[in-house]
Amino acid sequence: MSNEQKSMSIIVTKGSLDWAYPPFILATTAAAMGLPVTMFFTFYGLPLLFKKLDLQVTAAGNPAMKMPMMGGHMGLPNLVTAIPGVDAACSVMMKNLIKKKGVASIDDLREAAVDLEVRMIGCQMTMDLFEYGQEDMIDGIEIGGAATYIECATQADINLFI
Amino acid sequence: MADQTLDAKGLNCPLPILKARKALKEVPAGGTLEILATDPGSVADFEAFCRQTGNELVEHSVDDKIYRFLIKHTAS
Repeated sequence: MSNEQKSMSIIVTKGSLDWAYPPFILATTAAAMGLPVTMFFTFYGLPLLFKKLDLQVTAAGNPAMKMPMMGGHMGLPNLVTAIPGVDAACSVMMKNLIKKKGVASIDDLREAAVDLEVRMIGCQMTMDLFEYGQEDMIDGIEIGGAATYIECATQADINLFI
Repeated sequence: MADQTLDAKGLNCPLPILKARKALKEVPAGGTLEILATDPGSVADFEAFCRQTGNELVEHSVDDKIYRFLIKHTAS
């Protein structure tokens, strides 16, 4: 195997539905290709370790977010995104698209990551800051801090910050 | 005939790869796994997957938008 010695780490800093995809897709794929993978969940990425996931997207401040609609693509002006219910509607629309296009859910990808023995570390400082406990998190994760991550990163060939 | 067939039609990246890796574990060394997919990106991805994992992509073809891959389980 050409990459027996290679390994990867990812710092996961964002927890919205759209931003949850890149780290979980890359982590599961790398693990499936034989790389040991570590994911470090910090700040808004930490809730991706919660037992119950409730992920949302927001079109606010994201002019590149355009959904396929009526044969074209539609984005929302920032003012419209501030209307209550718009984010929820966008999230429902995105989840429907995900299902329709055969894209895995984040729940499925996270489960695959657990199966593939991806090492997942929750950031202790973030847990203290936002008042979360390990009982809020899925089983099988570790809790650690910056030094835990750095030690891992010095051994890894690929280190990503997402 | 392949030893096992994986139907990954309708699935999008990275599911065909993840499911193939799982299925490949059940195929004995030297055996073959046939994968059917509809994701056009799976062509480049299965080539890369096989190069990296050391499994052999024996053949791949496309017929009526269905991609077919035959992977020989050669990795240790």
